[in-house]
Order: sequence, then structure tokens, then C-alpha cells
Amino acid sequence: MTLDSPSTVSTTSRRGTATAATRVLGALTIVMIGWLGVFGLLLSPADRDQGDAVRIMYVHVPSVWLAYLAFIVTALASAVHLFGKSHSLQADRVAGASAEIGVVFMAVTLVTGMLWGRITWGVYWQWDARLTTTALLFISYIGYLAVRGLEGSRSQRARRSAIVGLLAVLEVPLVHWSVKLWRSLHQEATVLGTDLDVSLDGLMLFSLFVGVVAFTLLFLWLLLHRSRVLMMIDLSAETGLDAALAQRRAEGGVTP
Amino acid sequence: MTDAGFILGSYVITFGSILIFAWRTIRSGKSLSDGMSDEEKPWL
Repeated sequence: MTLDSPSTVSTTSRRGTATAATRVLGALTIVMIGWLGVFGLLLSPADRDQGDAVRIMYVHVPSVWLAYLAFIVTALASAVHLFGKSHSLQADRVAGASAEIGVVFMAVTLVTGMLWGRITWGVYWQWDARLTTTALLFISYIGYLAVRGLEGSRSQRARRSAIVGLLAVLEVPLVHWSVKLWRSLHQEATVLGTDLDVSLDGLMLFSLFVGVVAFTLLFLWLLLHRSRVLMMIDLSAETGLDAALAQRRAEGGVTP
Repeated sequence: MTDAGFILGSYVITFGSILIFAWRTIRSGKSLSDGMSDEEKPWL
């Protein structure tokens, strides 16, 4: 049996999508998520009306914040792709990566909201304005991801999905203000309501703040890694296409 | 803690989803980068 010494390990290519900056960002995110667990489950007080069920808020609200942020970034990157002079495919990859992250956290929002609803309302689901618009937003971005996978050239797919990304983001304010626009079972915005009145206990507000900061760092970390993965997927597809064309030329006796 | 199952369940679902998504992203990044040179990775 032989062991690889450092001199025998290949140094021509570095694996993965990490850099020193993403490692620092990742470590910070882990620390903040750890603090979120400690504050959310142990240090923050129980609510006068909701009791311990309020602890779900510290993961539910940051999840929906991250999903909104991800969908807004998707729209901004889609605008850069669509209206920019170079029609940057990198902007399209950022849009796609951000939408994937947003869909994951929108699903987390829906599930944690259902668990919270079961405790406070006695049911997992109601066809209430906030819940219904949130479900529609989730389905819209599943549709966006489906459009990204449709047939066509790389630039055609990017253009199509950019248009969908710009249209779907219009639902975000509708979801956020749905509790004001319609009679809703769902409580109004906890922090950023229309009157900007913060009516939370200090430690509850701080726990929520820790959650929002942790999830914002997590979003940046995931976005960097995921957009690099999408770049490599594009590159492998191009390389595969080039290899297939070269093989067909060789079969036909055509020299490039 | 009252309703502990629902509360802990919501934390497990949230942190579990984060872990699975992050792990899948890192794993696919590693497997895709295996066949590529450093010149094809502009972030390096």
C-alpha cells in the first residue's frame, strides 16, 4: 500500500467552487446560524399570546426575507441580461442561481408557516390571501426554473427566462401587502409594516435580527457557489457540443 | 416548551433544507470542476 505524498498529488487543477472569501463567508454564516438556534430556541422569551410558538418566527420570517431577496436579485440580474449591451450570460446565471435559492426558501417558508398555523389557527392550511399568494409565488418560480430548462440556444433560453423573471417579481409586493389589501387570517408584517411601527420585545427583535443577518450571509454564500456551478454546467455543455461536432466531422472525413 | 414537536420540527426542516442544498451545491461544484483546468475557473 502506498500513500500519496504532497509531491505526488496533482496540483494542476483545484477542486470545487470555494475561495478564501467564500470560506470566511461560510464560517461567518455557520456562526450566525448557531446563534440563531441559541437565541430562537433558548434565550428569547415566550410570547404573551402565542407562547413558545413564536419561536417559529425566527426561522419563518428570515426564510421569507431570503426568498424575497433572491427573487429581487433574479429580477435585477434578468434586467442586466435583457437590457445590458453585452446581454451577459453571467447575469443570466446569477438570475438562475438566485431563483433556485429562492424556491428552496419559499418552500421552507410555506412548511414552517403551516406548522405555525397548526399551533395558532388549529389548521395547517387556509385559502387565505397571504397563504394563497405565497403559494402562487412559489409556483411561479417553479415555472421560471422550468422555462430555464426549455429547448433552444443558450441565449434564447436566457432571454425567455429573463422576461419571466421580470414578470414574476411583480408578485412579491402583492404577497407582502396582501395582509393589508384583503382581510387575512395571517398577522400583519412584524417589523416592516406600512406604519414602520416595531412592536416586538427587545430580545425577540434581536433574535429576529440575528436570523435575518444569518440568512442574508447564507444567501450570498449560496449565490456565489451556485452561480459558479451553473457556469461550469454551461462550459461542460459547450465542451460536449464541440466534442460531438468534432466527432461528426471526423466520421464524415471533414477536416476543420 | 409547549408544542415542542412543531417548533423543533420547523427548525429541523429549515436547517436540514439549508444543509442538503449547500451540500448538493458543493458536491456538484467539486465533481464538475474535476474535468476543468484552473483557467476555466475565473473565481480562482
